[in-house]
Amino acid sequence: MSIKYAEAEPATTDATKYVGRAVDRIDGPAKTTGEARFAAEYSYPDLAYAALVHATIPRGRITAIDTAAARAVRGVIDVLTHESTPAMKPPPKPSVLDLSSMVAGTSVNYLGTDEVHWNGQPIAVVVAETPETARYAASLVRPAYQELPAATDFEAEKHHAVPQKSSLISEASANKGDAPAALAAAPYAVDLTFSTPPQSHNAIEPHASTAVWDGDRLTLHEGTQNIPWTRRHLALRFGVPEKGIRILSPYVGGGFGGKGSVWAGTLLAVLAARVTGRAVRLALTRESVYHTVGGRTASTQRVALGAEADGRLTALIHTSVSRTGRTGGSGEQITAGSRHLYAAPNIHLQQNVVQLDLLANTFMRAPGESIGTFAMESAVDELAWKLGMDPIELRMRNEPERDPLGGQEFSGRRLREAYALGAERFGWHARDPRAGAMRDGKWLVGMGVATAYHPSLQMMASVTVRLEAAGTLVVRCGLHEMGMGTATVQAQIAADEMGVPLEQVRVEYGDSDLPPGPQAGGSMQTATAAAGVLAACAKLKRTLTGLARRAPGSPLRGTRPADVQARDGGLYAGGRGLTYKELLSAAGRDHVEAEVKGSTLAFMAKFLRERRKWVKAATGAHFCEVRVDPDTMEVRVSRWLGVFDAGTIINARTAASQLRGGIVMGLGMALSEHTLIDPRNGRVVNPSLSEYHLPVHADVPHIDVEWLNEPDPNMPLGLRGIGEVGITGVAAAVANAVRHATGKRVADLPITLDKLL
Amino acid sequence: MKVNGDVAALDVEPWVSLLDALRERLGVTGPKKGCDQGACGACTVLADGVRINSCLALAVQYDGQEITTIEGVDHPLQEAFVRNDGLQCGYCTSGQICSAIGMLAEHAAGMPSAAGGSGALTEDEVRERMSGNLCRCGAYNGIVDAIMEVAR
Repeated sequence: MSIKYAEAEPATTDATKYVGRAVDRIDGPAKTTGEARFAAEYSYPDLAYAALVHATIPRGRITAIDTAAARAVRGVIDVLTHESTPAMKPPPKPSVLDLSSMVAGTSVNYLGTDEVHWNGQPIAVVVAETPETARYAASLVRPAYQELPAATDFEAEKHHAVPQKSSLISEASANKGDAPAALAAAPYAVDLTFSTPPQSHNAIEPHASTAVWDGDRLTLHEGTQNIPWTRRHLALRFGVPEKGIRILSPYVGGGFGGKGSVWAGTLLAVLAARVTGRAVRLALTRESVYHTVGGRTASTQRVALGAEADGRLTALIHTSVSRTGRTGGSGEQITAGSRHLYAAPNIHLQQNVVQLDLLANTFMRAPGESIGTFAMESAVDELAWKLGMDPIELRMRNEPERDPLGGQEFSGRRLREAYALGAERFGWHARDPRAGAMRDGKWLVGMGVATAYHPSLQMMASVTVRLEAAGTLVVRCGLHEMGMGTATVQAQIAADEMGVPLEQVRVEYGDSDLPPGPQAGGSMQTATAAAGVLAACAKLKRTLTGLARRAPGSPLRGTRPADVQARDGGLYAGGRGLTYKELLSAAGRDHVEAEVKGSTLAFMAKFLRERRKWVKAATGAHFCEVRVDPDTMEVRVSRWLGVFDAGTIINARTAASQLRGGIVMGLGMALSEHTLIDPRNGRVVNPSLSEYHLPVHADVPHIDVEWLNEPDPNMPLGLRGIGEVGITGVAAAVANAVRHATGKRVADLPITLDKLL
Repeated sequence: MKVNGDVAALDVEPWVSLLDALRERLGVTGPKKGCDQGACGACTVLADGVRINSCLALAVQYDGQEITTIEGVDHPLQEAFVRNDGLQCGYCTSGQICSAIGMLAEHAAGMPSAAGGSGALTEDEVRERMSGNLCRCGAYNGIVDAIMEVAR
């Protein structure tokens, strides 16, 4: 067996192609000079500033709201409350017939109701001439409430969870054989309960909106992961034509799912601009982000595994409870990875969900899979301890040939190779299998592994490619760039397809006037856009070939279309051909354009058809080394390697960054991140970056990432999305390394030192 | 106050932060607001060459000083950040670069750190000294590589 692999650079693919190379991100210079402007950085002559007032009870009614003191502050333009403000139209009920209906973060009609549904719900907006005035005046608004009983404590309420409903793309339960009986009969078994806390995205750019109305036309500068659905949603809420709404989102200062829905800040900025007739900027404070933008659900999970003495699994049980808000959110696919990871003959999976009087939960990088793989991969490790078996060996003995539940083929799956390569690179053979046996000076050293898993999906996109007379190739698609290298990779793909230098490709993105792109979510954007770019380029080539075969004096007159290749900045057949410039000039055209349109129906049909045939996913093997201080039990991650089977890698540089980024967020999940909610009143008590602990420079060692670079046979260009697979399994790899170093299994994230002492 | 070499005459209330003065009064939006309480470092600028969190500084305190934001920076670190992919979304980048410039000067001046202090700049030194600048995209490896490349 030969293993192909690539370090972050250099890439291994065809040197004449851009795909596979470590290309600098094209937005790099704008971001390192301060030229890149984000949503709160557009100035208007009549710009006013908004600030939010948040409810301080978890549930109830506003009986009165005193705005006199706020209104009296010099520079206050208006104070918007449910008493003073015309209500927006209510949000639509979620429906598969209009996917944009899913974009509402919550079902609350802000300022259109006296009801309070969570502690922190915005109940008033102050608009003022300066940001300081708006914030000061907001602090003077005095609401009075009638409080109602509220369920805000996940620990207390989780027993009321009910089975989660399956959705079109995610099933909430599965049964094969008789898992409880097989577990009871198994000679070796583990049965563990895990818990994971709420977490928050904490993109460094807090959500911000700059809204400008001109009659019924709206311009909105917004950092969003979903331009088309946001636009449609705003049109519905404000009763204006969708065509009159322009959303500009060229740079998004981090999203991770937190900018994938329409939250209160966006709606209230637009509403405040509508009501005051001013251009309004609402740049949320960090605290306001915590109170208005959902985060990752808390979870409790049970994983029970039964096995024979040789390690073959006989029973696999994974159940979970997550929470939603009473006014929004959805159950997470916590057991999604467990459907596909291990060849157990008896499987029972069940996701449950409980509604709380808290802000709706929302997608945060690998929702479900990231916390689900923590539990499953920790339990597999614990079973390896019980069996006295190497944890990689145990996984390899249970690596399925086909999908364990559905029996479908895997659309390429090379976990064995990932583990083999990783073990060699990481020096796994040097691991002393005994707990607490490895030391470096005073430090306890531990090594752990875990599997990464994330499904590979594709949605629909509309894309236009245009060849201009000067030879520039313009790719137009309303894509979202939050740092993934979105524009860069699509430029690489288009350059290869049309045979033009990368410098001659311009990608236009982040604008609702462009053909609608896919949302940036579910690790779907790159594959989706790539399919659109490939189709549009193929269409453009056909049109250009037709022109070349007809244009007067063209060397390609009469050539068979199948013989024509796009390369070297033009079209060629054998030794004959002409540049695009020459072609457009000969044809008397200043540009030639091709367009493909995304269709929801076609997307759904393809998705359902393919799901019966294949299981598509990016997988990987994480290797973690920790050092634990034997006195304080502080955990430091000292080495990391992730080996991924993630299909074709388009850009070795940006891909490495994305995979590392997922791993770094996973380190936070493992060791420090916890959104603390006061169980008595549902208030977030650490809504700040000083008390919610993100990994900092000193917490992150050099992270090695490698990939097998084997194309997925059923994805465009063979690529799989990589935005989320990196974070899956990370917390388990850390927990497993800590188990090795200390002998202690921590099943309750984050792994803080108090849990080890 | 001088901002990026130009004299900026400003009449602001005493409670206006340097960050808000730059972003909202002068339209200098390179310094970013990530937390407004000194926890994330996205607002880092150089005041007479010293790195500061401009969100924790009052504009009036800097009367007469020379403020350098990312817009006024012309430094090899900028290209090094791109080459080493020391950024993703770009929102923390202005602060990371300004902070790194200030940090290199501090190290050269012999200012100690918790990682060990003076002597040659190691990766661990850089990580320690840059830990006031958060990056949620997780571009830390590339940032350290960029700084080490320039420091050598």
